[in-house]
Amino acid sequence: MLRTTPFHSRTALLCQAQNWRRWAGCVVASSYELSHDREYWAIRSAAALLDVSPLYKYLVRGPDAARLLDRIVTRDIRRCAVGQVMYTPWCDEAGKVLDDGTITRLDEDLLRLTAAEPNLRWLHENSAGLDATIDDVSDSTAALAVQGPASRAILRDALEADLDSLRFFRATRAQVRDIPLTITRTGYTGDLGYELWFDGRHAERMWDHLIAAGQPYGLTPAGMLALDIARIEAGLILIDVDYVPARKALILARTSSPFELGLGWTVRLDKGYFVGQRALRAEQARPPTWQLRGLEIEWDALERLYAEAGLPVELPAAAWRTSVPVYAGDEQVGYATSGCWSPLLKQYIALAHVRAPHTAPGTSLAMEVTVEHRRRRAPARVRELPFFNPERKRA
Amino acid sequence: MKRAGFDAIVIGGGHNGLVNAAYLGRAGLRVLVLERRHLVGGAAVTEEVFPGFKYSVCSYVVSLLRPEIIRDLDLPACGLEILPLESTFTPLPNGDYLVRWADHDLTRRELYRHSPRDADAYDEFGRLMHQLAFAVKPVLGMIPPDVTSFAPSDLAGLLRLGRYVRGLGADRFHALVKLMTMSAADYLEEWFETESLKATMSASGIIGTFLGPRSPGTAYVLLHHYLGEIDGVFRAWGFARGGTGAVSNAIATAAERRGVTLRTGAAVARVITRGGRARGVVLESGEQIGARVVVSALDPKRTFLELVDPAELPGELVADIRRFRIRGSSGKVNLALSELPDFTCLPGFGPHLRGAISISPSVEYLERAYDDAKYGAFSRRPYLDIVIPSLIDPGMAPPGKHVMSIFVQYAPYQLNGGWTDARREAFGDTVIDTLSQFAPNLKSAILHRQVLTPADMEREMGLTEGNIFHGELSLHQLFSLRPATRWAQYRTPIAGYYQCGSGTHPGGGISGAPGRLGALRILKDLRQ
Repeated sequence: MLRTTPFHSRTALLCQAQNWRRWAGCVVASSYELSHDREYWAIRSAAALLDVSPLYKYLVRGPDAARLLDRIVTRDIRRCAVGQVMYTPWCDEAGKVLDDGTITRLDEDLLRLTAAEPNLRWLHENSAGLDATIDDVSDSTAALAVQGPASRAILRDALEADLDSLRFFRATRAQVRDIPLTITRTGYTGDLGYELWFDGRHAERMWDHLIAAGQPYGLTPAGMLALDIARIEAGLILIDVDYVPARKALILARTSSPFELGLGWTVRLDKGYFVGQRALRAEQARPPTWQLRGLEIEWDALERLYAEAGLPVELPAAAWRTSVPVYAGDEQVGYATSGCWSPLLKQYIALAHVRAPHTAPGTSLAMEVTVEHRRRRAPARVRELPFFNPERKRA
Repeated sequence: MKRAGFDAIVIGGGHNGLVNAAYLGRAGLRVLVLERRHLVGGAAVTEEVFPGFKYSVCSYVVSLLRPEIIRDLDLPACGLEILPLESTFTPLPNGDYLVRWADHDLTRRELYRHSPRDADAYDEFGRLMHQLAFAVKPVLGMIPPDVTSFAPSDLAGLLRLGRYVRGLGADRFHALVKLMTMSAADYLEEWFETESLKATMSASGIIGTFLGPRSPGTAYVLLHHYLGEIDGVFRAWGFARGGTGAVSNAIATAAERRGVTLRTGAAVARVITRGGRARGVVLESGEQIGARVVVSALDPKRTFLELVDPAELPGELVADIRRFRIRGSSGKVNLALSELPDFTCLPGFGPHLRGAISISPSVEYLERAYDDAKYGAFSRRPYLDIVIPSLIDPGMAPPGKHVMSIFVQYAPYQLNGGWTDARREAFGDTVIDTLSQFAPNLKSAILHRQVLTPADMEREMGLTEGNIFHGELSLHQLFSLRPATRWAQYRTPIAGYYQCGSGTHPGGGISGAPGRLGALRILKDLRQ
């Protein structure tokens, strides 16, 4: 049997759809209700409660804790203040992305790394000569995301914590009854939202507490299908879907550098040594061949393609995650890796890897679509990411 | 003249007026919208009548808002969010209930419980309506041809229309003819046997009309409601986050971003005409504002009989407009609630409360409700279409509290003895009593109530006779006949004076289509 999360006794009862997805060796709900519609809208218009416990979590402790992480990731962790959170990818020596996650500086010499893949061995390999210990707390730490415009009001009622001064990508300690926890103002939705980290033994009590406190505000348990749409709107990439981690790539062409994934802003070449620095420095000197971009499929043109078949436009209700060719004229210049109809923006959008020089926002490209068993090309416009970036996210 | 320098003035800041202004602004015109009330939106407004509780005062759901308008005006970027309204729950007097869920299989299972045959028929019916709606849909986006004209553009329009009809095929054409001529109840009778199903479905055919489910011509409106499109999905109903006023506000924002000037508290007295041309408007304050284009987003009665002197119009048109049927038939009750209604037939909280709640147990119930209205009384047991917006959008009420929107039919504008404050309250009591029979805790949960009669809607929102659609959606008042033969193309006999309200094609509901089509007509005329 696959692992379940510390919230399974609660989520299993709610999961009317009996629709589960694998995540890091765990099963988590794809959607609780028969359709994920309402769960999606909860993220955007009220608040959603998401079980994100399957994330890998490592506590790095000791005088050299920050140095250890700084040697691995592309961002400058020595500048990460206590109470700050940084999103960062990390690379191999060739400067190709291995994984991405967040680092929270809980204390001067205590940091937490979250990751999508196991990284214990990598952390140990890179700790030679450093005074730091590494704890894999993946199983023992439970994590919940409360995401959406009402999330602050809910947590204000539910917790004793100073939420009003908690800025975007900052962390604070809090207490619920006898349960200590950390709250980070982070998430995977591109909306106002928080993530709560605490000992898995308190998982069920915490879940019940939040559900009760959130009920008046419309807090809704949400699964991965809803999250997938939200993260595409927010232009947030997903490992194994939008990029292949270098460790799993069978051929070099499958790997990506941070520059190619729109993560150039995380690469601090001016800091001390880190894995991949030399390769990234060389890469930065030349313009990147590939760029991650947003694509907006032109609706009128899509409607015409379907009308030729006598049909109204038919789009999948859930986000898709397959590789789809992208063209400039007759030449293939890229591929989309995930896409969805955005119920909020009323646009059909996708994340795509596009080859230079077709990467400028506004460029007219075409994406392959299948209309009534036939492969067609729908005009699409290159867009800057994210598609959706509400003020409330940072406010 | 003060404030000179506008190319176009739009009278009335309802959603169609705003759409019209936004399209004119988008084309580079300098546009001024004049709204009598202190806020824009017309019948699509959200108001905090009772502190902390937001009411979608009149119009309360969205389904027909044209996707091309959403795209052209980029309304999502202006704050428009439409949340799904998933189900329809009909509590029944015998203690049972009927629910149509968003999920196909759940609905099928529920219908099967009432009638296995209906469960099968429902799928077939849905497919037919879907096909018809897809075939008829282009009509919503076209300026109706003048059937009395031989001008090439009108003939081309008729030809296009002919192609759509021919494209239907014989079977579907027959179905369409039936829909156009039969009563909703008779048409549904051919498909279904479950009384509550027929009643609840036929109810959508009578909304906004002064007709009963057995009145011929009501079947067409069934289709009108199937035309609702959200996200390109047919038949989906939605609720705007922030109430229906949020739809108007998004369109207003879009208009302002295109340079449109909005003025509230500016009631227009009349249109200035000289030499058969519109030259501007006079406000009730006496202020005059000039423009070469004046657009009325008001209903046809006001557009032709009040804003201009009927003496300037052809007598035939004036007679047509006087005959134009605009009888108000509905009222509205908005409630602030301390707790959710608890239905005896389906107790406690459940997903059935998140969709529409329909008090329509049988066709006879609806027809009897109509009988009362025919003879000048409000229904003793009215049809109610209820939503609880705060369950979909918790921001509509304080945490843990709720707002309830109750659409009520029938409430005739021409009430015996006229509408008075006492009658309004009696009407409100009737509505609450009716619903309390199914949800007995309702009365004790009410913190505040707002009751709107057709007379109130006329006075507050400027809807003549309180008709929510600016005129009934009956066959003789649709398409090339809306509002009158020869004048269904957004023009009027006065040059430079146009119409763009729900009294023009394709009619009422928050579609924005009249506003858009009116603007396209104006822009075309200006280019010539």
